[in-house]
Parts: sequence; structure tokens; C-alpha cells
Amino acid sequence: MAKRVGLEVSVAVGDAAKLADVDVVAAYPITPQTHIVEHLAELVANGELRAAYIPVESEHSAMSACLGASAVGARTFTATASQGLELMHEVLYVASALRLPIVMAVVNRALSAPISIWCDHSDAMAVRDSGWIQMFVENGQEAVDNVICAFRIGEDRRVLLPVMIHLDGFSLSHVIEPIILPEQSEVARFLPPYDPPLPLDPEKPVTVGAFAPPFIYTEVKWAQEMTLEGAKEVILECWREFANTFGRHYSPVESYRTEGAKVLLMTMGSLSETAMVAVDKMRDEGKEVGLIKLRLWRPFPFAELRQAVRDAEVLIVLDRALSFGGPGGPVCSEVKAALYREARRPEVVGFVGGLGGRDISMADFEEMVNQGIKLAEAGSEREFEIFGVRE
Amino acid sequence: MVRELEKYLRPGIGVTTYCPGCGEAILMGLILRAIDELGLNMDDMLFVSGIGCAAWIPSPYFNADTLHTLHGRTIAFATGAKLANPKLKVMVISGDGDLADIGGNHLIHGARRNIDLTVICANNMNYGMTGGQVCSTTPVGAVTMTTHQGNPFPPFDLCRLVRAAGAVYVARYAVTQPLPLIRSIKKALQTEGFSFIEALTPCPVQFGRRNKLGKPAEMLKSLMARCVMKERAEKLSPEELKDKIITGEFTDGRD
Repeated sequence: MAKRVGLEVSVAVGDAAKLADVDVVAAYPITPQTHIVEHLAELVANGELRAAYIPVESEHSAMSACLGASAVGARTFTATASQGLELMHEVLYVASALRLPIVMAVVNRALSAPISIWCDHSDAMAVRDSGWIQMFVENGQEAVDNVICAFRIGEDRRVLLPVMIHLDGFSLSHVIEPIILPEQSEVARFLPPYDPPLPLDPEKPVTVGAFAPPFIYTEVKWAQEMTLEGAKEVILECWREFANTFGRHYSPVESYRTEGAKVLLMTMGSLSETAMVAVDKMRDEGKEVGLIKLRLWRPFPFAELRQAVRDAEVLIVLDRALSFGGPGGPVCSEVKAALYREARRPEVVGFVGGLGGRDISMADFEEMVNQGIKLAEAGSEREFEIFGVRE
Repeated sequence: MVRELEKYLRPGIGVTTYCPGCGEAILMGLILRAIDELGLNMDDMLFVSGIGCAAWIPSPYFNADTLHTLHGRTIAFATGAKLANPKLKVMVISGDGDLADIGGNHLIHGARRNIDLTVICANNMNYGMTGGQVCSTTPVGAVTMTTHQGNPFPPFDLCRLVRAAGAVYVARYAVTQPLPLIRSIKKALQTEGFSFIEALTPCPVQFGRRNKLGKPAEMLKSLMARCVMKERAEKLSPEELKDKIITGEFTDGRD
């Protein structure tokens, strides 16, 4: 039986990739991701993991090497953050379109300029449309469990798509948490070996990534979209199976103390833990406030979201990224779009906050809820509010 | 750094971000001394740097125009600035990881186009800022956070690389050779065209510690013992040159 041990979350993420028995890791150092791949390099060096560790010269090369490795049928893992993810950008689209189930931990960090090494979700939002399955985790256990699930989901013949696991930089990646690492044998039973349908193989040559004229490009993209949408069923199936095997449950949209809540707060990532404590306090004070945590970001869980918020009067969405010149935070604008056709829907108020590592405390969440209720009652001319800014 | 050079620093700068024993703070002083000896006006200068420890040498410390950019893209940014305003004296200061790894393509193409830039590459033989990982200048066998059993890959000889790509001035000195290094920086600044200086600098915290190279003073002593001037090296046998680093000017635009 696996024991609960104190582990730095980055190290535990590396251990999860090791438990998944990856064949190839290609990575480039970038703060605050580096501990993950350093740990994997160590596991390879001391013989605990039989894999190729490729210390490439940039993130563009990292994702390209992963793409090559995955195309020959290797189980492939990498990790990055911020500018590293941006440097990978063009390769991300190729990886998803070529249907290569690479798994990547993205340790979320703000984008330059000005240079910031601290957390927000602007890196994740910039690759929103890259065709990868994407989920956000809020603690170390979720990170470990979902790295393991990511391989099973991505490599499923009905899916064959790459998966990003987003975890917050520093406030999650660098903390030491009590984490249960499953036994290798349990993971091996849960995660079958990767069996690619069309690996690059000199015995059976295939053409990968060739030219697509206008008569076929649209069909290829539509097939990709159908697959990503359809992946949700496989994700749900994987999480059900995971719960049966390991006893921990995951769902695309999670609700915390939402029974009878007129006001709902919505968060993503590690701030959800702070928000839960804030909700506890407000509940103790008799306020009807609950929390919605969005775990699955792509494919977007439309039905689950609609169901989760349908009885609320006010939905307050916190984004940790700005869509400059757009309708506010990307998460809030997608939530609004998802609710547009609903006859019964809450008033949605969007906040952007926690940029470049600025903390959002329990008291800040209470303040956000109070402000959100007022804005919902009075109606705001602005599409979103920026929380706690000094003007 | 001596008080008389403080006029080149932004007011209010008290301490740098460098680890104890880092050679890059020495390099910072040597660069400023070269500028001082040439009597250059900081207002006519632009310092471009990328990401990494060495990128902090000019930014935010130098009291001049500084452009702190993206990892690896220094020479591309500097090329744009120099061509749009040729009157600017443009100096690129960054590390080996920034200039030669992630930015290696810009380095060779900058040299090939012979853009009038002075490039100072602080070579500490690893990615120092992210905690000491292997890079393209790490010696074979060196232990880093991503090569726990020793680096299997041979390093670049940056001077040969950049010279072959077309740079008109190419030199290598260690921070333990301060006078030749100052002279070299002055010469590079006065050379029209792409000038490249590889400045060897000890990284005791991330590199030295893992490779048992001793305390900062011992690393400096070891660097002093290993660096031989090119002219002397020509008279030494391959046996005598084992473990030595050849320093000096490899081209000054006249050959």
C-alpha cells in the first residue's frame, strides 16, 4: 500500500512521470519548472528510470525532440513554463494535429515583459487553442494523479492527443506537500503500454505531417475538433477508473459547498485552496457562498459547467490572465459564452487578478465576493474588473 | 568595484544579484573600466542583454540605455537597434547559455552579417541562473543538475565557432586576466564590425560546488593556472597543453 510522504510538488511530478515509465524526456531549464526535469535527469542517471534524457538547447528543440520521439512510438514527457511554452508554440500545434500523445507539465508563470518569474495563467491562455487536452490542478496530489491519467487519456486509441497539466509556479510547484505516490505495479496495471497505431517504422513506412491542400485541410481540422470534444468521455472514463483503483475522484468541474449558494466564486489552479478556506469562513458567517473549481479547460466542459452554476444568482469568475483589448479574462469570457443560450443563468462578474505572482488572500476572496455581489446588483459598464490594482 | 566607476551605475544601486565568489561582478567592473579608459559617453551607448546571470551585468545596473530582452534573442534585438540607429554604440552582454545555446543561431548569423556589435559572452560553463544545468559549453565529464553522471557531450569552442561564422574580432580571456581583458574590450569597442569576446568566469555556487572545484578563491587560482596566452601556448607540447585553456586574440580583423 502506497504511503503518504512529504515531497516537493515538482519532484513528485517527476516521480509521476517515472511511475508512468516514460521512454524519452527532452527538456530545457526554465524557472519555476526546472526541478521536475532535474529530478527526471537524476532518476535516469542513477538507473531508476530507463529512459533517454535529452538536454536540448531550447524549448523549441525540447518540444520538437518530444514530437520526434512520440512519432516513433516512445512514451514522451516534458515540462516547461512561461516563455518556454511560448517558444514551443508552433510545435504544440503540430504535436496535436499529428495526434502525438506527449504529456507536458506546465508550471504556470507570467509572460514577459516586464520579466516576472512568478505565477499567473497568461502562459496557459496563450496556448488555449493549440489543440492539446488541458487541465489545471490545485495541489500536489492532483498533479501526480493527473500526470498518470494524462498518459492513459492521451494514448487512448479514441483520443491520441497531447495533454498539458497546468500547475501554479512556486505557490504550488515549490511547496512540500503530503503526497501519496502510487506503487509502480499499480500504475503499470492502470496504464497499459503505449501502442501507437502508426509509428514511424522502416518496416512499414508512413508519411507524417505532409502538405494538405484546401480540399482536405478543413476536414483534417474538423476531425481534430471532433476528437478533442470526444476526448471528454475518455477523460471521464479514466477518472472513474482512477477512482476505482486509487480511491481519489476527479471531475471536470468541481463544486465546493455550493448547496443552496446564491453566490458562486469560480477559480482555477492552486488559488482554489485559498478560496475554499474563504468560502468556509463566509459560510460560517451565514453567507450563501460556494465555490466552483474548473479543472478541465480543454475540452471545455460545457454541460458540467451549466449544471454546476444553474441555481446561482451571481457567478464571480477570477482569471489570472488578461486578454488585452478583449472581453476580460479568457476563462470568464468562455463561461459567459457557455451560458449565453441558457434560459436560467447567473449574472456573471469577471475579475482579473493574481497577475505576475501577486497573492490573493482569504480576505481578498471575501472582498471579491462582496464587490462581485454589488456589481451584479448595480450592473457594470465594464466587461471586467481588475482586482486590487493601484491606479 | 572602485568608487570612481560608480558614476556608471544607476543611482541607488547598492548590491548586485551575484552569488558570493561569482566572476561576473568582476567582469562588470572590467567592462566599465574599458568604457572609462576609452572615455565613451554612456548616453551614446546601448546595452542589450538576454536571460541569465550575465544578462544582469548591464540591466538594471548600468546608467545607460539598457534593453533586457528574451532568452537567446539578444543579438537579434541588438541588430535591429544598431541598424535603425547606427550612431548607437551597441554592446551585447549575456551568458554562454543565452548566446550560444538558445540564441546560437542569432550568434552565428550576427557574425556572418558582420553587424557592428560588441558581444561579451560571460562563459560560466553551465546554466547558472536556473540552478546549474548542462549547456553547450559544459566540459566533458562535468557534473551538473542534468548530467549527474558527467556530461557526455563535447563543448563548443565559441571562439572558433564565431570566427568561422565571420566575426572580425574574436578573443578569449578569463576574469583572472583583468588587464588583457580590459584591453580586449577596448579593442572590440573600437573595431568596426562584429566583435566577440568570450570571458571565462567561475561559477562557484552552481558549477564549482558540484565538480569539487573548491571555494571561489581556489576556482580563481585554478583558472589562473589553466589559462595560457596563445603566444606561449604555441611553444608548448600537446602534453603540456592538456587541461589548459588558450586565451588571447584569435582574429583582429586583419587576417
